[in-house]
Amino acid sequence: MKYSYYPGCTLKNKAQALDMYARASASVLGFELEEVSEWQCCGGVYPLGSDEIATKLSSVRVLNEAKKKDQALVTLCSACHHVIKRVNDDMKNVPDIYQKANRYLQLEEDYRGETNVYHFLEVLRDQIGFDKLKEKVVKPLTGKKIGAYYGCLLLRPSSILAFDNPENPKILEDFIRAIGAEPVIYPYRNECCGGYISLKEKDMSKNMCEKITQSAEGFGADMLITACPLCMYNLNKTESKKIPVYYFTELLAEALGLKED
Amino acid sequence: MQRIGVFVCHCGSNIAATVDVKKVVEMAMCEPGVVHAEDYPYMCSEAGQAKIQAAIKEKNLGGVVVCSCSPRMHENTFRKAAEKAGLNPYMVEIANIREHCSWIHKNMEEATEKAVILMKAAVAKVNLNTPLQAGESRVTKRALVIGGGIAGIQTALDIAEAGYPVDIVEKTPSIGGRMSQLDKTFPTLDCSACILTPKMVEANAHPNINIYTYSEVEKVSGFVGDFTVDIRKKARSVDMSKCTGCGVCQEKCPNKKTPNEFNRGLNNRSAIYTPFAQAIPNVPVIDREHCTKFLTGKCGICAKVCQAGAVDYEQQDEIITEKYGAIVVATGFNMINLDKYDEYAYSQSKDVITSLELERIMNAAGPTKGHLERLSDGKAPKEMVFIQCVGSRCADKRGKSYCSKICCMYTAKHAMLIRDKYPDVNVTVFYIDVRTPGKNFDEFYRRAVEEYGVNYIKGQVGKVIPQPDGKLLVQGSDLLSNKQILKEADMVVLAAAIEPEPGVRNIATMLTASIDTNDFLTEAHAKLRPVESPTAGIFLSGVCQGPKDIPETVSQAGAAAVKAIGLLAKDKLTTNPCTAKADELMCNGCSQCANVCPYGAISYETKLINDHGVREDRRVAVVNSALCQGCGACTVTCPSGAMDLQGFSNRQILAEVDAICR
Repeated sequence: MKYSYYPGCTLKNKAQALDMYARASASVLGFELEEVSEWQCCGGVYPLGSDEIATKLSSVRVLNEAKKKDQALVTLCSACHHVIKRVNDDMKNVPDIYQKANRYLQLEEDYRGETNVYHFLEVLRDQIGFDKLKEKVVKPLTGKKIGAYYGCLLLRPSSILAFDNPENPKILEDFIRAIGAEPVIYPYRNECCGGYISLKEKDMSKNMCEKITQSAEGFGADMLITACPLCMYNLNKTESKKIPVYYFTELLAEALGLKED
Repeated sequence: MQRIGVFVCHCGSNIAATVDVKKVVEMAMCEPGVVHAEDYPYMCSEAGQAKIQAAIKEKNLGGVVVCSCSPRMHENTFRKAAEKAGLNPYMVEIANIREHCSWIHKNMEEATEKAVILMKAAVAKVNLNTPLQAGESRVTKRALVIGGGIAGIQTALDIAEAGYPVDIVEKTPSIGGRMSQLDKTFPTLDCSACILTPKMVEANAHPNINIYTYSEVEKVSGFVGDFTVDIRKKARSVDMSKCTGCGVCQEKCPNKKTPNEFNRGLNNRSAIYTPFAQAIPNVPVIDREHCTKFLTGKCGICAKVCQAGAVDYEQQDEIITEKYGAIVVATGFNMINLDKYDEYAYSQSKDVITSLELERIMNAAGPTKGHLERLSDGKAPKEMVFIQCVGSRCADKRGKSYCSKICCMYTAKHAMLIRDKYPDVNVTVFYIDVRTPGKNFDEFYRRAVEEYGVNYIKGQVGKVIPQPDGKLLVQGSDLLSNKQILKEADMVVLAAAIEPEPGVRNIATMLTASIDTNDFLTEAHAKLRPVESPTAGIFLSGVCQGPKDIPETVSQAGAAAVKAIGLLAKDKLTTNPCTAKADELMCNGCSQCANVCPYGAISYETKLINDHGVREDRRVAVVNSALCQGCGACTVTCPSGAMDLQGFSNRQILAEVDAICR
């Protein structure tokens, strides 16, 4: 199975681990991530403005590339996924936006949200299946108590992201079980880390992240996993934090025996 | 061609402000057959009716068209007026130029044009009307009440007291309903069981009341005054005539792992059980899905210990068929499922409970013997938080759009009772609005705040956060002081929205009674006929019609009883003459009409038919006009066009369509 793949800027520098281990794992799990050529930055938060057109265009280009190949588009970074999925929804349902974007881009054929956008985790759950994944695990992470940190970008708004129950998600917990570890359920796993506010009001984001890490530690987690480079950045800025944070793909690769110790 | 009179009503300004009534009169005079047309401010008034009657006599009218409001409002008024003037009432037609025209349009020119078209259609129809005679049907003097909660019990008692026999059908093993699960009732704080059980006993002992518990309505046929109902009496596995209610079987039953429905699953019960101590009848039921004997064949202890020999594993479901004149729906409510409200951690913490669960915890017969304690560790709480409107007044699709109406009062009750019995417990209530209309209701709420020191915070809760130490953190906002609140709590109580009992949809379908988008049964008129269903002979009692508290439920139950009594007191009902009729010459005996008839009104007879001189025996459809309700299903099904509805014949309908398209 071949998917179009959108890595996003962060995965090319700060979050190379997220990208690298995902590609390696994909080949073991029997699917291929074909990087879209000449992709551009998703635009971060800017495309979420409802009166914003220009910054949405990079997402539309990527979506259209996948459409031309008749492939689904796979993402990894929570923020990129959020932006592209929401732009795709706009291209399907918001006339003002799809009309303007198509007029601007002058594509051979109008793009109207035809491409399916999956997060890598959704591919694992819905296309591969966690049962199948479990069979491929060669080095199960037995005995590890792992707290899943979802953040907010993957879950909300749930009507558009349609990723999991935003108040009580379980996809990462199921993933943790599949790689042989024990999930730790803690109430702050779907709370916001502060996002970009950490650039302007460091203390606010620090407070938010402290609640998250303390809650996870309180419920007995040895480590946290995330899919989001920004969450990773903010969580790692928390001074009181005692437990490490990993990208979920890193543990996936480890369980599949792809990671050198 | 009839001699037709057209009467255009202004309805004050309701019609006249949007429709040029003079123009409608003017246009009416141009229609074929119209010999008289006039307008009047209120056609339904005495004076308006007199104008119609005078015109009928003076102009010798054979047909009347009244351009006014919906026929549901005044068709009967005008028909009676016409009848008094010597015209057959079925020669009157209504053109609805209010609900279908003036109320929904703003542009006078367009509305007038439409009113004229509607008038023309009615004139075209009345031209083809023929005088019809209403028949009569009998009334079975027996009522059926579906649901044995306080609503059903009260309705049954009132009907029985008036001298008519009543059957109550209750799906659970005992009557009593939700009220039997409550501990205390607002605003007087009297014990729920103490006021309910006398009513249950009275219903059980009443010579005119017959109670079928553990039973469900399975099939309903017939119509107002003459319903035939199949009731499935589920196999109780205990012989009601032999059981003494000693309770030994329940004690000795080794299988005590079934969640106790009566205690909302907070503890377990035996597989053979009566739901609660005051149950009526006091005869247990074997829950066959959980009984070891039925699951594995090995056990039979209850039969061995039963001195009376009442346990009967071979008992079968029984179908009882009975005739009724009136049916009252009193199916009640349940609390919504909280699956979609995971932010309140209901599924994650045992110490987050619903109000109905708290009701069981506070009750002496409940899972904690009436002692207020955390279900996780049995410790006494020090801080309690109540969250209002969980799933009520909800703007998104997760919950209900309506106000559940009872939660503000029962939460004030819970808060007050806890502060009274456990003064060291702090109680906080998060609310959107406190709604306490009702006699002595606001005073009750004020007492909770002023005398009992309950802390009310205006604002919603965003999240309930279970802590590693077992406590709960409640994150909410105080809208009055514009502050974010993070409050520690030992227990959180959710006032979950109420919704109609899920089975009501099925019952409504059987009764052909309409329900709204929230599955509440619809009343015939929101203001003027609040306890009747639009389906004749079906009455509504209690929460099945909309959220209400006990006093209101009892009032409505009485009102539904009065309406049912009014029906049962009649010996005969006038039937609608607009029934189907088969043209024997055209009928080919295919049976399709009989297959679609929801009332079983069509049968087949072999008759000697004289078809243009050819005499032969043919199998033809015959409509029983006493059973036919005039729904018209057969007329559109009939492939040869032999079936026609009197008063709404194909010719009449097509004449209307032609008039509209002309």
